[in-house]
Amino acid sequence: MSKRIDVKDLNVYYGNFLAVEDVNINIQAKSVTAFIGPSGCGKSTFLRTLNRMHEVLPGARVEGEVLLDGDNLYGPGVDPVTVRTQVGMVFQRPNPFPTMSIRDNVLAGVKLNNKKISKGAADALVEKSLVGANLWNEVKDRLDKPGSGLSGGQQQRLCIARAIAVEPQVILMDEPCSALDPISTLAVEDLINELKDQYTVVIVTHNMQQAARVSDKTAFFNIAGTGKPGKLIEFADTTSIFNNPSQKATEDYVSGRFG
Amino acid sequence: MTATVVRKRSALTKGQLPKFAPYIVLAVALVVGAAILALIGFNAFGWGIVSAILFAVGLVSWSGAVEGARKAKDKLATCLVVGAFLIALLPLISVIVTVLINGIPGLITPGFLGTSMNGVTGAFDNKAAEEGAPVLGGIYHALMGTIQITLLATVISVPVGLLTSIYLVEYGNDRPLARAITFFVDVMTGIPSIVAGLFAAAFFFAIVGPGTKTGAVAAVALSVLMIPVVVRSSEEMLKIVPNELREASYALGVRKWRTITKVVIPTAISGIASGVTLAIARVIGETAPILVTAGFATTINNNVFGGWMASLPTFIYTQILNPTSPSNPGPSDQRAWGAALVLIILVMLLNLGARLIARMFAPKTGR
Repeated sequence: MSKRIDVKDLNVYYGNFLAVEDVNINIQAKSVTAFIGPSGCGKSTFLRTLNRMHEVLPGARVEGEVLLDGDNLYGPGVDPVTVRTQVGMVFQRPNPFPTMSIRDNVLAGVKLNNKKISKGAADALVEKSLVGANLWNEVKDRLDKPGSGLSGGQQQRLCIARAIAVEPQVILMDEPCSALDPISTLAVEDLINELKDQYTVVIVTHNMQQAARVSDKTAFFNIAGTGKPGKLIEFADTTSIFNNPSQKATEDYVSGRFG
Repeated sequence: MTATVVRKRSALTKGQLPKFAPYIVLAVALVVGAAILALIGFNAFGWGIVSAILFAVGLVSWSGAVEGARKAKDKLATCLVVGAFLIALLPLISVIVTVLINGIPGLITPGFLGTSMNGVTGAFDNKAAEEGAPVLGGIYHALMGTIQITLLATVISVPVGLLTSIYLVEYGNDRPLARAITFFVDVMTGIPSIVAGLFAAAFFFAIVGPGTKTGAVAAVALSVLMIPVVVRSSEEMLKIVPNELREASYALGVRKWRTITKVVIPTAISGIASGVTLAIARVIGETAPILVTAGFATTINNNVFGGWMASLPTFIYTQILNPTSPSNPGPSDQRAWGAALVLIILVMLLNLGARLIARMFAPKTGR
């Protein structure tokens, strides 16, 4: 239950502004890939093009191909809604639905689409997803309480549980720990390590140590200057990016000389 | 030989007025004010104004002498703010007190809420005024008319207003159509209510026939006044729903219209509901548009689609302007004040209802 992603010659535009230029990348199934780079280099923008979430922003469009196990996400007649059921996403700030209980938050992907599900199957799905998000033991006694009453780290794991409840092939994470304290961050990082047994995980992070801890492969994005498009500078095994980068810019960035 | 310890004042403090200074100044101001007013002819209103000015001047200058210019300015600002607050509050209190005093005798008359004006003639009112017989007649027909007309107006306005605001917030994207709608909604907010009434009357004149006056026509007139309020308040409420929730829903593979109906609207529903309730409170007291669209009736009419209909504001209007007994307007006045009290109570209940609804639907945050 996971698919690989191949990106070919991808350009992302906001209106006429070229935000990300000419990205080619092959993301393996059942692995963790981290995107690192300075602010504004387009890593979040690029991440959003992997499940067509960039289309929510006005004026955003792409050129090029994103292949999910060979199927082009941007092919004619592809429904972005279908894409998003296959490629889930976790956001920077935890955003559980405030009107729903913990249980309903996990079931949101099913219930909001009006799919019929028996109570037994729903219970099983809630437990499986929350166990999968390492949250079950903390919330199993208060599934009917509102999701917004949890701590920030618990809310973020609830959002991960919500994302895996729709059984996607790929999970995208846009700086999932940047709003969390170190202990919650550790819990989420442990979770990412477990998720890669079943899912393809792509994570954007500002935190280079985090990329080094959780990812198998790392992509370094950089920007030549303000107003210039972001580019993929280097994509390799995480160990070689951090210990033996082939590009000067990568070395400068991971050794802390800028960014 | 013992050194006398001179208690030196801290270098960090300045002179301070005692805590009770405002009360002293207030007492002096009241006394001096009364004295001044006694010279030129006493009246309570003038006494209040003169005392307030004396109080402000006295407190500010005393504070300026003892505490310095900054504290004096602070006191002046406090006086201005409190004064403005009192000026704003006085009419409100005055209205409530007047309506209570004049309205309670009407409201507690037996049968006031349960009977209509059907068959109540000037002869009864003359009898009531001259021989002390009970005042007959009530507002049942007007109360029913108000409730039915307002309900129908709400049923028309809420779907139109809510859908318009959904278009503006979720689909409009600042397109020319969205900007045109916003502009015309703003224009509609400023339409005088009598014009809305004339519009509805002319509209039904054209499609049904001359002289069509029913509750439904009045409801259409009130909708014209209500829709812009509903659009505006719902639009604000939908706008403050965080975009993150929409994105979270899209990322789960939920379609846009389902995101709107199942995530955006439930999150904003408390604000929308209280906005709608306030819009109702705004139109429930309209008189002119109802007078030209539903006419006036003295009998119970429970059919909004046929026949003239009474309502509380038009009831008050006709009772004051054309008393049932022209020679003895007292009983009519009493009924009019009673109806006014009922109207105010209705509006208050609606406001309370809006708060309850807002609290009931508000997203829960408890653990």
